Amino acid sequence: MISESIVPLFVAIPLAGAFLTALLKRVKGIPDTLGVMSSVFTFALSVFFILRMQAGRVFVLNVGNWGGFHEVLGRIVGIQMVVDGFTIFMLIIVNFVAFLVAVYSVNYMTRYTEKWQFHTLFLLMLAGMNGVLITGDMFNLFVFVEIASIASYALVAFGTEKRELEASFKYAVMGGVASLLILLGVIFLYSATGTLNMGDMRAILADSGQPALIYLVFGLLLTGFGLKAAMVPFHAWLPDAHPSAPAPISAMLSGVLIKALGVYAIARVFFTVFGFPHQVSIILLVLAAVSMGVGALVALRQWDMKRLLAYSSISQVGYIMLGLGIGTELGVLGALFHLFNHSMFKSLLFLDSGAVEYSTGTRDMKEMGGLARKMPVTSGSTLAGAMSLAGIPPFAGFWSKLIIIIAAVQAHHMKLAAWAALMSIVTIAYVLKVTRYAFLGEVRAAFANIREVPAFMRISLVVLALVCILGGLLLVPQVREGFLDPAVRVLIGTGGM
Amino acid sequence: MSKEHEHGMSVIVKTVTRLTVGLIFLYGMYIVLHGHITPGGGFAGGVIIALSFINLDLAFGGKVSGKVFSKGGTSLVEALGAVMFLALALMGLQYGGFFDNFLHPDGEPGDLVSAGIIPLENIAISLKVGAGLFGIFLTLIVLQKFESEKKQ
Repeated sequence: MISESIVPLFVAIPLAGAFLTALLKRVKGIPDTLGVMSSVFTFALSVFFILRMQAGRVFVLNVGNWGGFHEVLGRIVGIQMVVDGFTIFMLIIVNFVAFLVAVYSVNYMTRYTEKWQFHTLFLLMLAGMNGVLITGDMFNLFVFVEIASIASYALVAFGTEKRELEASFKYAVMGGVASLLILLGVIFLYSATGTLNMGDMRAILADSGQPALIYLVFGLLLTGFGLKAAMVPFHAWLPDAHPSAPAPISAMLSGVLIKALGVYAIARVFFTVFGFPHQVSIILLVLAAVSMGVGALVALRQWDMKRLLAYSSISQVGYIMLGLGIGTELGVLGALFHLFNHSMFKSLLFLDSGAVEYSTGTRDMKEMGGLARKMPVTSGSTLAGAMSLAGIPPFAGFWSKLIIIIAAVQAHHMKLAAWAALMSIVTIAYVLKVTRYAFLGEVRAAFANIREVPAFMRISLVVLALVCILGGLLLVPQVREGFLDPAVRVLIGTGGM
Repeated sequence: MSKEHEHGMSVIVKTVTRLTVGLIFLYGMYIVLHGHITPGGGFAGGVIIALSFINLDLAFGGKVSGKVFSKGGTSLVEALGAVMFLALALMGLQYGGFFDNFLHPDGEPGDLVSAGIIPLENIAISLKVGAGLFGIFLTLIVLQKFESEKKQ
C-alpha cells in the first residue's frame, strides 16, 4: 500500500526542489545542493520500486482518491498514475542520468551567471519527464510533455547568445507544432472512446473494433511524438537545439528527453493502447531506416563536436525505432537495451564534449588535438563512450546492436538488417573522427597549459564510462529477469496496464 | 501641470483607471475565492489581479506598481504560490493519497466554505499565475527601456 501512495513523489520531489531553489536562490550553495539532492531522491525512489517489483506487478494510484467512483460509474474518474515494468525501466534511466548530470553541473555551470535558474529549469524538466513516465492518463501525458518541453526550450537558450536564441526559437516552434498535433490526437481519441484513461481506452478499442477515425489519430500522434523523438523527416530542430544548450543539458536532451517524450510515448501509446497495429509497424520501420542513414551520413561531415553527436543521436534513435518496429520479443528487447545504452553513452559523450569545451574553449575538432595527454580522464571516458557507440565488443553498444540485427534477420527483414550493419560501419567512421582529431596527435601550442576538469565533473564521467563498459552484463539472465524482461513483457502484451 | 502628469497617458485614461482599478482587483479576488462554485478559479482570477497592476503601469507610466512589487518580489511570490500548492497536495499523503481533500471530503453544493482544500489550491494558483504574469510584464518593460536606450 505504501508503495502506491508514494508514486507521485517522482513528480513532487523535483517540483519542490525547483521552487525551493527559486525561493532560496540567495543562500549560497542551496541551488547546487537542492539540484543534486532532488535527483538523488528520485533515483533512490526508482531503485526502491525496482526492488519491490515482482513479476508482472503493477502499481496503480488514483490521484485525489477518486478511485471509489469506479464502481459507481463503471469507468475510471480522475487521473491514474501507473508504474509497471516499462515505466520503472525508464525511470531508472532518466533519474540515473539526471543525478550524474546534476553532479556534473556543480562545477560546469560556474561559467554561467544565475545558476539557480539553471537548477530550477533542470528540475522542472525532470519533473515533466518523470510525469510522462508515470501517468496513465492521455491528457495528463500531454500536460507533462509540455512541462518538460517548455523547460527545455528555456534551457536551450540559456547562453542567450544569438545562436542559442535562434536554436531555441526554432526548437520552440517545432515543439509547439508537435504539442499541437499531440493534443489534436488526444482530442480525437477522446471523442472516439469517451475516456482518457489508457487502460480503459485499450479495452474500448479492443471491444468496438477500430473506428475509421483511429487512422487520423495514428498520423497525428506519430507525427507529434516523432517530432519530439527527432525521427528523420521531423529532425530539423535537433542539430541546432542540442549543441546550443549548455553541455549538461545537451546530455539530458539527447540522453533522455527525446526518449522519454518521443520513444517512450510512441511505445506506450502504440503498444499499450493500440495493440501495435501492422501499419504503424511498417511506418516505424521506414522512418527508422531513413533516420539511421541520414543521421549517420550527415554526422560524418560535421566538424563541431557537439553537432556531430547530435546527428549521431538521430541515427541511434533510428536503431531503437527499428527494434520497436520489428515488434517481436527479441526486437523489443534489443530496442530497450539500445535505449539504455544510448542514454548512457550519449550523455557521456556530450558531457565529455562539455569537458573539452570547459578546458579548451572550443568545440571545433579542427582546432583540437593531442588532448589525451592533457586530459586523461576525459579522453579515457570519451573512448569508452565512443567504442560503445560504435558497437565494438565487448562494450555495451555492441550487444544491443547485435540483438537488433539478429531480430531483423529472424523477422525476415534482410535488407533492414544489412542496412543497420552498414550504418554501424559509418558510425565507426565518425566515432574514429572524434577520437583521432580531438584526442590523438600532437598537442597544439595554444593548449600547452590546459588542465583536467574539476572533481565533480570527473566523477560523472567515470561512472558513465563504467556503465558503458559493463553495460553488457545486463544481458546476464539473472540481471535481465529483474530489469529488461519486465519492460519487454509490458510491450509485447503479457503484463502491464 | 502637476508632476503626476509627466508620465503615462492622458488625464481621461488616468481618471478612468483610478476609478476602475480597485474594482478590477476586487473582481479578481472574487473569481479566485468563488472559483470552486462558479466559473473561474485560480488561473483566471490570478490573471485578472495581475491585469489590475498592469493597468496601473500602462496608465501612469510604469513606475506606480514598482512601489508595491519589484521584479524580485514577483518571483518570490510566484515560487511561494507553487510551494503552497505542492505542500497542500503532499499533505494529502497523510490522510489517504496525493491531492486528497482532507479538510472537507464531502462538500455541500453551492456552499462557500465546504470545499476543503480546493479554494486554498485556487489561492495558491492565483499567487503563482498573477505574480508570474506580472513578472513577465515587468521583464518586458525593462527589455524595452534597454532597447530604446541602445537606439539613442
